[in-house]
Amino acid sequence: MRPEQGTLISRAQAMAALLELLTDQPLIVCNGFPSREVQKLADRPMNFYMIGSMGNASAIALGVALAKPDRQVVTFDGDGNVLMGMGTLATVGALRPKNFVHVVFDNEVYGTTGNQPTISNVVPLDKVAKAAGYVNVERVLDRDDLVYEFKEILKKDGPSMVLVKVNEFAEDAGRIVLDPPEITKRFMKAIES
Amino acid sequence: MIESDAFVQALQDMGVNFFTGVPDSILGGIIAELMDRRLYTPAVREDEAVAMAAGAYMGGKIPAVLMQNSGLGTSLNTLISLNVIYRQPCILIVSWRGQGGKDAPEHLVMGEVMPQFLDTMKIPHRTLTEKTALEDFKWVAETFMKQRIPLALFITKGAVRGLHP
Repeated sequence: MRPEQGTLISRAQAMAALLELLTDQPLIVCNGFPSREVQKLADRPMNFYMIGSMGNASAIALGVALAKPDRQVVTFDGDGNVLMGMGTLATVGALRPKNFVHVVFDNEVYGTTGNQPTISNVVPLDKVAKAAGYVNVERVLDRDDLVYEFKEILKKDGPSMVLVKVNEFAEDAGRIVLDPPEITKRFMKAIES
Repeated sequence: MIESDAFVQALQDMGVNFFTGVPDSILGGIIAELMDRRLYTPAVREDEAVAMAAGAYMGGKIPAVLMQNSGLGTSLNTLISLNVIYRQPCILIVSWRGQGGKDAPEHLVMGEVMPQFLDTMKIPHRTLTEKTALEDFKWVAETFMKQRIPLALFITKGAVRGLHP
């Protein structure tokens, strides 16, 4: 039993709170339940839903951020994804894109495949990001702190990470509706200007 | 032998404006030239480079990823479960280590199977030579625009000037 368990919000609750605060930011969402939940909560053309390429959410977002330096770019990531592509924390930390906002929903499990444990219960990913060179890093446990810190981070130059500990609950959310080429087209058109 | 600056210029003339990757000795001259021109964003793994290139493409760039052929193995899942299915093109500039069985042992298997490996993945590829360079670059541009998937241009040892001629 995790010491923090029992008091945590769900990933969908955390996502819903943050989605309300987004304006014109492109959002890259990692594969698995996170993409499905965002699609259900607040689908928007500026959302890019990954369905494969696990571990690459932050790298895709980094590419968008480098191509669009005047646009704040947000990525919704999971602990399993971050662990799989942990080298990208280093790349972000070294390149220091000011417009890069990394949100990690850390439930300490691979939810989509049946809640097998990750190792983020013993490896604090926020500390890894800080050591790698992220400028602003916050670790939060509840909704109020999450909203406060995310608002603050949106005002600051990054790269920034907000890691929110969430419980294992997954919304009943269907598969991604759009075909992958349509997701690409829609996203590109939405962020064109 | 093609000069590194001519190689980079040809890609820039084609519109390529985002370069990332992981180095190889065969690509050393090209990467040095890209760094001189402040065009190169280093990645730590090839799958990361491919994913960054995909993001840059969606942000309006024309991306190229440099890697040795071992990186094709590392980036395979990203290439097929991101670029191919989402129709996100990128130019893979791949050094052909292990070609003809003359290289360090770790390069020999990939060096032998690389063209068939990409055929299996349905990733178009072509080998750059000095004689055919103009057509090779034309093929790169046309395949990128038409197919909207990753394509690979193989660079053999000595085809483009390296750091140590």
